[in-house]
Amino acid sequence: MAGATPATDNMIDSVVLAVLKGRLEQIADEMDATLFRTAFNPIIAEAHDASHGLYDAITGDTLVQGKSGLPIFVGVMAFAVRATIARAARGDLADGDVFIFNDPYDGGTHLSDFKLVRPYFYDGRVFCWLASVGHWHDVGGNVPGNYNPVASESFQEGMHIPPVKLVSAGRINPDIVDILSCNSRQPISLYGDLNGQINALDLGARRLGELIAEYGAGTVGAAFAELRAMAAQLMRANIADLPDGTYSAEDFLDNDGIVDEPLKIALDLTIEGDRLVMDFSRSAGPCSGPVNIARSTAVASCYVALKHIFRDVPANAGCLDPVEFIIPETSILAARAPKPVGGYTETILRVIDVVFQALAHAAPGRVNGCAYGTINALSLAGYRRDGRRWVMFSFFGGGLGGNPEGDGLNHGNAPISTATIPPLEILEAAYPVRFTRWALRADSGGPGRHRGGLGAIYELELLEERADVFLFGERGRFAPPGVAGGKAGALSRFYYPQDGSWKSPPMASKMVGISLVRGQRLRLETPGGGGYGDPRERSAEAIRRDVRFGYLTPEAALRDYGVDAGTP
Amino acid sequence: MTRPSIVVGVDVGGTFTDLFFYDEASGALGTRKVPSTRSDQSVGFLDGIAAGGHPFPALAAVVHGTTVGTNALLERKGARTGLITTAGFGDVLEMRRRDRRQTWGLWGEFVPVIPRDLRLEVPERTLADGTVLAAVDPVEVKRAASILRERGAESVAVFFINSYANPANERAATAALREVWPNGYVSASFEILPEIREFERASTTALNAYLQPVVASYLGALDDRLREQGSEGRLLIVQSNGGVMAVDTAARLPVRTALSGPAAGVIAATHIAETAGFPNVITGDMGGTSFDVALIAGGRSVLAAQATIDFGLVVRTPMIEITTIGAGGGSIAGIDRGGLLRVGPESAGSDPGPACYGKGNRPTVTDANLVLGRINAERPMGGKLVRLDISAAKAAIDAAVGAPLGLDTPAAAEAILRVANSHMAGAIRLVSIERGHDPKRFALMPFGGAGGLHAGALIKEVGLASALVPRFPGVTSALGCVIADMRHDFVHTVNRPLEELVIDGLETALAEAARRGRALLEASGVALDGIETHAELDMSYVGQTHTVAARLPASSPAKLGPADIRSAFETAYRQAFGRLLDGIALRVLTLRLALIGRRPKLDLARLRPEGGSVPDAQHGERAVWFQGKPHATRIYDRLRLPVGAEIAGPAILEQPDATTWIDPDLVGTVDGFGNVVLRGKP
Repeated sequence: MAGATPATDNMIDSVVLAVLKGRLEQIADEMDATLFRTAFNPIIAEAHDASHGLYDAITGDTLVQGKSGLPIFVGVMAFAVRATIARAARGDLADGDVFIFNDPYDGGTHLSDFKLVRPYFYDGRVFCWLASVGHWHDVGGNVPGNYNPVASESFQEGMHIPPVKLVSAGRINPDIVDILSCNSRQPISLYGDLNGQINALDLGARRLGELIAEYGAGTVGAAFAELRAMAAQLMRANIADLPDGTYSAEDFLDNDGIVDEPLKIALDLTIEGDRLVMDFSRSAGPCSGPVNIARSTAVASCYVALKHIFRDVPANAGCLDPVEFIIPETSILAARAPKPVGGYTETILRVIDVVFQALAHAAPGRVNGCAYGTINALSLAGYRRDGRRWVMFSFFGGGLGGNPEGDGLNHGNAPISTATIPPLEILEAAYPVRFTRWALRADSGGPGRHRGGLGAIYELELLEERADVFLFGERGRFAPPGVAGGKAGALSRFYYPQDGSWKSPPMASKMVGISLVRGQRLRLETPGGGGYGDPRERSAEAIRRDVRFGYLTPEAALRDYGVDAGTP
Repeated sequence: MTRPSIVVGVDVGGTFTDLFFYDEASGALGTRKVPSTRSDQSVGFLDGIAAGGHPFPALAAVVHGTTVGTNALLERKGARTGLITTAGFGDVLEMRRRDRRQTWGLWGEFVPVIPRDLRLEVPERTLADGTVLAAVDPVEVKRAASILRERGAESVAVFFINSYANPANERAATAALREVWPNGYVSASFEILPEIREFERASTTALNAYLQPVVASYLGALDDRLREQGSEGRLLIVQSNGGVMAVDTAARLPVRTALSGPAAGVIAATHIAETAGFPNVITGDMGGTSFDVALIAGGRSVLAAQATIDFGLVVRTPMIEITTIGAGGGSIAGIDRGGLLRVGPESAGSDPGPACYGKGNRPTVTDANLVLGRINAERPMGGKLVRLDISAAKAAIDAAVGAPLGLDTPAAAEAILRVANSHMAGAIRLVSIERGHDPKRFALMPFGGAGGLHAGALIKEVGLASALVPRFPGVTSALGCVIADMRHDFVHTVNRPLEELVIDGLETALAEAARRGRALLEASGVALDGIETHAELDMSYVGQTHTVAARLPASSPAKLGPADIRSAFETAYRQAFGRLLDGIALRVLTLRLALIGRRPKLDLARLRPEGGSVPDAQHGERAVWFQGKPHATRIYDRLRLPVGAEIAGPAILEQPDATTWIDPDLVGTVDGFGNVVLRGKP
């Protein structure tokens, strides 16, 4: 179709709408791909801890989001764009501007996630916003890699940048780049990632321009509205399928890294016709350590949980139209500056777990056991012989929950993420470590008719003189629950050498400043997923196979299933 | 006796074996279609060649697109396979890259092709810089081999951590293993894919081992039989990258045939469409069991660096990007427990086949086409059946679909087609609209025996401009076999900063790969018009983990300098991302070399119809159901239609290998190469 098609009213042809939906998602996907391929740090390049999308000109609501980025960002980016819109209200907005910031209270998630937001102008006005978010390798603070398990204020977690203009009308402000660079332990990685994000926004603007030239701004704008209405309608239909009532669930975080007390996350979920109320009032209050999250982050994680259950609903703001959130301002889920939020991943995984557990009461046939429930951020840092600083930072996998169709997946990624783990050969080529084990962990899957998937055992040895080690994990004391009668998966375990023997962190899953010398090893054992259904209903054949393959030891077969499978 | 001059392309599908004959001496062409023989594909293969009327000694080359490997992967019917690997890393294959089946939704398991009790570990270790920390003990390897044999492994893969950086340990282990392994089915990762990233390398190697007994024994038997029949022609196999290789290379690297059959069709489609003036086409290959879709934009198919055959089954070799769904003529229709009409992915194949073949009683897409009058019951494809049994087809449709839904036979049959068409339309959208291509700029090229029956419905449902039905839709993949060039890909891990790159070493590696490639091309004994070399370096800025391919000048790699390499990288990087990063050093990860042996091209103008006229071509009329009522429809012998003929729908074009249905609102025009172009009536 050549030339612009004027939009008559809000009705657009269903074939054109299908085409535009695909074209818009393609733009966001291409932005994702551009950053993955140009980023310097493996957390973006290999683990895909980034996201891109298009957002409403006035409200900042998500219009379209890429399919390859991190699911949690899908919900949270709208808040980041909203914060930029508020900043732009100063009145100096120009075509070609790009704002940059990492404020986690307005913009969601944590300080490591840098958001770049750019207005897209059409006919002299903002038509929509393009945004890019990526997890940078190091943004200062007390701990390399920024998972500081003992932070009591966000100032200890990293530099804090409000929305500022990185690019003014197409010209990069090098002063901003200098400020960012000198606040990072990894300035070259930062420079590479920053450029990758600008590249992604450039590409998005170019592609959107081509689309508008082809279909006309009116038609594209009408498509945005139509897609949102469709998502809301589908979500309502999904909710209406569930029986009315109030369903509750509680789960706990081990501790906040500073005070060793469990923190409750509680949900009372009410279904009324085609509406859903998610009430988190009974959850813990703000905590001293870094497992607080901002309200925007809490809302985004509910969105992720619902999308995992209602897969057919398109990823845009319409999804949440029929959902009401009750999150008191005094909640651990409504943090304000400068409460530390660096460990937000752990808290949102728990939010997702309580959504699954509550919905399991309403719709056991649609929900799975909880996944392993911790990202286990492990960072090793030191200096090479030539004086260069190195920081290895990675997340690890675990088991997914058993589900109505079958066993949980062994060694999957967390529900908030599509991140793959960097190849160990890439890690060994980049950092002075060698892995001595990279294996599935026997007996870690929660028992059930369909058992949870297995967690993993990772063991690595230091090849340089010395290094400091930091761990930020969870599920060291509260294992991933099963649903519909299924049992919990195994707890997370971490071991480091001290005085000639293996030690585990006093706070179970969080630890700062372990000193490692050449030849010493670390060992991380990640949780399996929760089971689904009564373990007594599991087939004897499946249990014997699990024993033969070493997924289950004969002792555990006897203990968890009452089956004597003999020796493997 | 005259010199052998017949080149025959053979595509074995689930239902039919298609053949295309080309006489290099006279330029004469011919086609055949015979039923596939599932238990032993080589039977149908040889029957088909015999049916072509050329004596076996006249064969100069037999070029084969095979689905033996693909099917073994999808149906998990490869050999019982073992793995010998570095101590501590036996689960790499099962742990994958810590991914899951889909972004949204957390269900779904993964079953690796090598079960955990057949993955054995031996002590050894190489570091990332190539240092051997612990040498491998051949005795340990042999002990592992004997355990694997006891447990029933027929084939074995060897994969050691960091063997891309220094293959010494893996090479020693492989040598020890080959001393004791009772057959040739030993696949080593440093030979299959010497590239960093352990899971991708392990997976590609394991799948090669898993396929080798199945593919090698099939190809070996086929080659033997051809020789027994007196053929001295070379047997060549189509690779997933669209090039062909000699049969012994294929037996060694069967993983490269993972998408062999579908790739051949895309090669033919690219050539036909471009010749006909359609640079943008979406191919839709509909056979008995599956529907394969590929996109050709600007005359080029898309090559992917790796493919996921099924969740967790990753093959990293260059491949034509093809999307496959389970929808074909043999797809079975029925009502599910929820009362919903479903078509496929289960297929009746050729045995028992559709209900109208008289053996089975479950209705298929072919049965629906038959009862609606779109297929001629008196002229079944493939030659073995005398006629199709319409009453059996009706009974099957009534019982499985009509009665439960309260529909009469034509309505039930149309419902089956509507569901099947919407599946296929979804696959077309996936490769076009969802990747940002506007369907209006594309034509559909339907092929396979059944593609022409659905083309009209598909272009309307997806919004494509037109359909280009090739001259011989039922044997397009076989034609692709005849057209495809020889191709050999090599990779060599460099992993050095540009300034440390030893140019001499690079040139030696290039020359060595080129020498091996030429040797393979020459040993194949295939007549070539010329050989092209494409060399690329996968490069990045130091610190990045992803690379861009910097194309090296083809002419004289001997004069390469760091400045040439930098400028090749910057050209590629700027083109891909726009912005160069000043002051950051460059790294060279991998050298890739493709050697392409150009085979003489067949002149498609030879497919042009000579003479003929529309009245002569018309040979009957029958009622065809469309949108709830019968339409009086003229039937034409497609091969007798002249160039320029315009046939308004409703019409049926029949030919031995395929049938084309022109909807009442479409018109078909015969172009100068014998293709039929379908468009909406003006």
